[in-house]
Amino acid sequence: MTQPSPAALYRSMRLIRSFEEQALALVRSGEIVGGTHPYIGQEAVAVGVCAALDPGDQLTSTHRGHGHVLAKGAEPRRMLAELTGRETGLNRGRGGSMHAADLALGILGANGMVGAGAPIAAGAAWAALRQGSGRVVASFFGDGALNQGVLLETLNLAGLWQLPVLFVCENNGYATTLSVQAGVAGSALGRAAAFGIPAEQVDGMDAVAVHAAAARAVSRARAGGGPSFLECRTYRFEGHHTMERRVRVRYRSAEEIDSWRSRDPLESGAALLAPGEHVAIDQEITELMAEAVEFALAGPHPDPARALAYLYADGLLPRPGHPVEVAR
Amino acid sequence: MTKLSYAKALNRALADELTRDEAVCVFGEDLGAGLSGLTPGLRDRFGAERVVDTPLSEQAFSSLALGAALAGMRPVVEFQIPSLLFLVFEQIANQAHKISLMTGGQITAPVTFVVPGSGSREGWAGQHSDHPYSLFAHVGVKTLLPATPADAYGLLVSAIRDPDPVVLFAPAGAMGVREDVTTELAPVPIGSARVHRAGTDVTVVAAGHLVYEALAVAEELAPEVSVEVFDPRTLYPFDFAALNDSVGRTGRLVVVDDSNRMCGLAAEVIASVVELGMPLRAAPRRVTRPDGAVLPFAIGLDRAVQPGREQLRTAVLATMARH
Repeated sequence: MTQPSPAALYRSMRLIRSFEEQALALVRSGEIVGGTHPYIGQEAVAVGVCAALDPGDQLTSTHRGHGHVLAKGAEPRRMLAELTGRETGLNRGRGGSMHAADLALGILGANGMVGAGAPIAAGAAWAALRQGSGRVVASFFGDGALNQGVLLETLNLAGLWQLPVLFVCENNGYATTLSVQAGVAGSALGRAAAFGIPAEQVDGMDAVAVHAAAARAVSRARAGGGPSFLECRTYRFEGHHTMERRVRVRYRSAEEIDSWRSRDPLESGAALLAPGEHVAIDQEITELMAEAVEFALAGPHPDPARALAYLYADGLLPRPGHPVEVAR
Repeated sequence: MTKLSYAKALNRALADELTRDEAVCVFGEDLGAGLSGLTPGLRDRFGAERVVDTPLSEQAFSSLALGAALAGMRPVVEFQIPSLLFLVFEQIANQAHKISLMTGGQITAPVTFVVPGSGSREGWAGQHSDHPYSLFAHVGVKTLLPATPADAYGLLVSAIRDPDPVVLFAPAGAMGVREDVTTELAPVPIGSARVHRAGTDVTVVAAGHLVYEALAVAEELAPEVSVEVFDPRTLYPFDFAALNDSVGRTGRLVVVDDSNRMCGLAAEVIASVVELGMPLRAAPRRVTRPDGAVLPFAIGLDRAVQPGREQLRTAVLATMARH
């Protein structure tokens, strides 16, 4: 595993931040229908973990998945095309924000159900072990998933069978609006410890620290040492979902948000670069995103007559729900 | 001539596929012991690495199988009782079934879920007697309900080879059936119906163990009524073309279905035939469990709730009455 340069970590974080800001703008302008779950503030986690993965490694992601998908190498323009529901999107416009996947890059999919990606990751890891591939699978989930039974069942299986999987808990303090103090008995690390899985807490606002911890875990998994659990303490600067601005819920104090914003992973990431080095990266990403927006919005809308085209892998087409054929 | 039992047919299908394809593996509870009759001998033959005894963690191992499928395996998941499907509806209906469409066809999920002993096993009461195939057909998961040992073999083989998630229900009422297998066992195409007995007066649609009830009624009424026994074998996708042929010949339709009446399979079959405007000589009939049924324990009550031979005979005769 090669050590990622501070510039590489910063570039990846900058890309995610700019992508998210662009997505927010497109939600506001109505180009993205249904909204998104912004990842802004948590970039160091995705970037640190994915920098520890090889291209052949895999991951499962969450409803707040843009950062993981981009950090694993997905093309921003095809990702944005997916968010705007275009045929040119990663998922041909069939998945949208919560289901972005790129199988060729080992991205087994974001997931709209909290905790649901963990057993899928464990299954891919089980197969990796059987196939002798040396592959490792990372599974991202939030603190809310700590209370999902399926996650606890999965920790048991992964510990029992020593699966090469890295459980990454992005503890951003809130399961939608429920604070982690009000939602989690015991602790995140205690969950893992109960199943004999090595667990470590790391500063999720620091990509270098996340990378170091993830790299240890990935090495252990690849060497046959089984699963690991990382609790990354982080924070989302925006709401749970873009809808939140409209309903004006209040569950976090301005002081709390400000104190976390003062630890912005991009700013600390930029501080590791040579003076002015981030300016060139910022400029590059700005141009990349402008091109991505152009690509996304120029993409064709999927043909409504093919709305269920990919439901069955064998090509089975379901009966239409109404007798009138879609006019073309 | 070989007598093959339904349970042994499933066992043989699994063994043949495990032999044929290294990617095939099995997850479930008590597989090594072969408790439910599906897996006896398989762990010894293929190893605990491929025939995997799992802890009681249905939700985790159902999606774990999906993850393994995404990584190139062809897992079969066995559930000891049908009601466990309610526990893993999320994993099957919301994850495995949806992943191909949601990823724009990037991902296929060849996972087979098998339920040996679905439906009433007499005296197992409310939480062990469901037969929830209509739910899966409704969702659009490929749903198989073989009636005979040869079909059980052939449909399980096809399910394992299919690129999509498939649920196969082996009805408790058919698990003990034995069949003379004179021809070579072969895959049965998913979505192909079978006519067990040709007839000219009325089409009786029956699936799973109810095929045997339908055949008994057909035999009993043979002197006066010519009953065609139509077995869809696959509930989703359903072989409507074959059904339309059958009803086109007979002009009468009765459906016997071990689902609850409300939104059950029988409702769909009748609606589909009526919608096509096929001229029926009598109102179609259905024989089902009651609306929202929960099977009571006492054996008389259990049987009273299940569709049976008596009600089917009455329904067939009702369609034959002159209007």
